[in-house]
Amino acid sequence: MASPRTLFDKIWQNHLVATQEDGTCLIYIDLHLVHEVTSPQAFEGLRAAGRKLRRPDKTLAVADHNVPTTNRAGGIANEESRIQVETLEKNVKEFGVPYYPVMDIRQGVVHIIGPEQGLTQPGMTVVCGDSHTATHGAFGGLAFGIGTSEVEHVMATQTLIQRPAKNMRVTVNGKPPAGTSAKDFILAIIGKVGTAGGTGHVIEFAGEAIRNLSMEGRMTVCNMAIEAGARAGMVAPDETTYAYLKGRPHAPKGAAWDAALAYWKTLPSDEGATYDKEVVLDASEIIPFVTWGTSPQDALPITGIVPDPASIADEGRRAAVERSIEYMGLTAGQKLTDIKIDTVFVGSCTNGRIEDIRAAAAVAKGRKVAPGVRALIVPGSGLVKEQAEQEGLDKILLDAGFEWREPGCSMCLAMNDDKLRPGERSASTSNRNFEGRQGPGGRTHLVSPAMAAAAAVTGHLADVREFLT
Amino acid sequence: MKKFETFTGVAAPMPSQNIDTDKIIPARFLKTIQRAGLGKSLFNDQRYNDDGSEKEGFILNQPAYRKSEILVVGDNFGCGSSREHAPWALTDYGIRTIIGTDFADIFFNNSFKNGMLLIKLPKEIVDELMDDAQKGANARLTVDLEAQEITRPNGDKVKFDVDPFRKHCLLNGLDDIGLTMEKRSDIDTFEGKDGNARPWAPSIAAE
Repeated sequence: MASPRTLFDKIWQNHLVATQEDGTCLIYIDLHLVHEVTSPQAFEGLRAAGRKLRRPDKTLAVADHNVPTTNRAGGIANEESRIQVETLEKNVKEFGVPYYPVMDIRQGVVHIIGPEQGLTQPGMTVVCGDSHTATHGAFGGLAFGIGTSEVEHVMATQTLIQRPAKNMRVTVNGKPPAGTSAKDFILAIIGKVGTAGGTGHVIEFAGEAIRNLSMEGRMTVCNMAIEAGARAGMVAPDETTYAYLKGRPHAPKGAAWDAALAYWKTLPSDEGATYDKEVVLDASEIIPFVTWGTSPQDALPITGIVPDPASIADEGRRAAVERSIEYMGLTAGQKLTDIKIDTVFVGSCTNGRIEDIRAAAAVAKGRKVAPGVRALIVPGSGLVKEQAEQEGLDKILLDAGFEWREPGCSMCLAMNDDKLRPGERSASTSNRNFEGRQGPGGRTHLVSPAMAAAAAVTGHLADVREFLT
Repeated sequence: MKKFETFTGVAAPMPSQNIDTDKIIPARFLKTIQRAGLGKSLFNDQRYNDDGSEKEGFILNQPAYRKSEILVVGDNFGCGSSREHAPWALTDYGIRTIIGTDFADIFFNNSFKNGMLLIKLPKEIVDELMDDAQKGANARLTVDLEAQEITRPNGDKVKFDVDPFRKHCLLNGLDDIGLTMEKRSDIDTFEGKDGNARPWAPSIAAE
């Protein structure tokens, strides 16, 4: 009998086109998502070499990073941003690539719309010129970010030259306490393994607490696998996955659904499969988390304090902590709940789905955004926005003083009008708290949507458990 | 791609851990639709003041390091985004080799695809090379990919490992796409077989 295989092993082997003597593999790509920032040079490369895009029918393009989240009909004011989006529009036309235009209701953050349209399915290989492609692994596929040279390679050949990754399993056992969400799981995991803990590995997230997450929650967890250094995160497909997929525009239908389902059920890791690295957490011990510093691994429970560099033995780590504290304008020993914020951002490929907006609205309901705080809610897609409006969430949030925006990457990365000014401090549901990530000199604290709403109404980082009724 | 040839160059020390791609090239410089020209924005927020003048303290602004071709870096260099603008900015500036204990996966991959050699070495050796780099323009390192060897200013040689396929591509300046195009029949065969095995796989129509 064949030796037990992991979910990753199975997907890898099912996509092998060729293997070189030295172990380098050519693997087939089922879905290539394209956005305006990392594709222009790839299209240009194809054009220069006189190459075609091999499988436009396995490619989908959308503009998300540069698009404005207000007054969309007015177009893009910033010239460079406008040129980048116009270049994408010209390229998709020339190469025959399916595209959701900015005014289409299906437009949104690239990692939100793939799953929403049923394009992301178990067992698939999904790539995009964007490190948060890991999100799609929530469906039990192999999904990872690539650079522009690789984008061009996929466009020309529908394959990638890769070496197999190592297997890592992160198991979250038990049940979380009230107030803890998927975002807190992944921040706790990154806090534990560090930002290089998953380098060279694909992380399979497993355990009762992961199984009990919705697809939205699983996407949040997989999304930030890259912040733990892993190129891909994945969750084995199960009934939750199938229920989410069924009936979506690109999901199989009728007899094809039955055939697909039978195949998907063969994918979960075999009993006895081994992993190169194992990490185990207990969900019951994970309370809401925040980051205090400038690396996602600088994550602590909200009840914690800013660390004291003097207590750190490792010289390199001590220097990093000192630098982070200085950049963030904090003091060692300061209580995290004493950190005042002036900006709140709920959105991004990490937390821009319907469940995230519901979580923010649940805390905001009947409360008011604290004076002096600017609070943005940016749905991840036109369809998320529409659904939230049907549920009346926009009204709750607007009544509380939040701004209700159009879909896009928004304040996650300061490529559009939404950014922090120097010295401003945000509670943000995005994925990176790097120096300058949300704007030069901006300071970012990563949190869950419920924690972001709690920060908005108090004006400081706050423990959302105090808002649970 | 240009062939990677043996060279001797100035190495700049950048010992900070987790130097991320947003530090290497902040997102606001990603609005270009070209590859060239990003070198001037490399490490922008560390390198320049708000008025555009240079920050004196930053390593690449110091006279001894302005023409650096090698970086000796802290752990997990290149973490964060998949932006190939990071290696584009580095190569446009003139960086040809980066030496560290480990690198983020996507950045590592992207760098080789742009003719840059990234070398992973144990911490003790990186520390020694970091000390060499601290000595400024007089302490130059020689990088010989063919022999997989770095020559230190004192003449000592340090051996390094490199993936044979990446080495082959770098030494010969090979374009991955051209190589894969030669396997077109393998791809055709796979698509035929896979189409039968997974007929439900999504297919998107252009509108």
